[in-house]
Amino acid sequence: MNNLEIAQRVDARGKSCPMPIVMTAQAIKTIQPGQLLEVVATDPGSVKDFEAWAATTGNALIESDATNGQYRFVLRRK
Amino acid sequence: MAVTAEEQLATAVATQTSPAPAPESSQETDLNRLVIVCYSGDLEKTWATMILASTAGAMGIKTTVFVTFWGLQTFVRDKKRITGDNWMQKMLAFMQRPGVDNRKLSKMNFMGMGPWMMGQLAKRYNVSKPRELLEMAQALGVEFIPCQMTMDMFGLKREDLIDGMGEPAGAATALAEMTAPHARTLFI
Repeated sequence: MNNLEIAQRVDARGKSCPMPIVMTAQAIKTIQPGQLLEVVATDPGSVKDFEAWAATTGNALIESDATNGQYRFVLRRK
Repeated sequence: MAVTAEEQLATAVATQTSPAPAPESSQETDLNRLVIVCYSGDLEKTWATMILASTAGAMGIKTTVFVTFWGLQTFVRDKKRITGDNWMQKMLAFMQRPGVDNRKLSKMNFMGMGPWMMGQLAKRYNVSKPRELLEMAQALGVEFIPCQMTMDMFGLKREDLIDGMGEPAGAATALAEMTAPHARTLFI
């Protein structure tokens, strides 16, 4: 899925709850509706938190994967 | 004033039942509203308030934090040591250090050793402290409303409070928000 164009990236590695979500909420305001935001985090709780955040805000969580204790999320702005 | 009690009630009801104003950005959902009553000035509860307020702001939930009683101390300027007009208010201010950085634990405070250790642990595990979360919450549009009655009783003026606080209000304002459709309330 590397062909998707990422408009903005957030590095939330090392940050614990709720900072990855807070940083994401601020970053998504800087992109246009339909554009993509990529977030990397190391907080294991962020997997469920990003699902909840996407469901509540209406932004689409189009990718969520974990490799080597690192979590990557791709969100499309509503 | 020629406004009757009935008219006032009608206005209040109309304000409550009318649909929420159109959200400023598409990031906001008008279906969700959260009211937090920040009553305690204890460190652990202040932390909970700040985590939930900042996250709610991040989730586009319209959030109001009503700051009352001991909770108000968290929002008094750190440098403002003596506040109030009479000796009782001044003594109350003297006995407790205000500000978000100076909260005490409700247990295991040990003359400040407990909060210091909490700070060290937070740093080691990259947990954001209440101050950072408070600033985030404000940046994300969470409204902090001081309780006018507490301000009067403790002799606190608006200039004694930190920047970015909303207009002081009373219980009716808080209850009107709490009973609005889709609103949830937390008393912390």
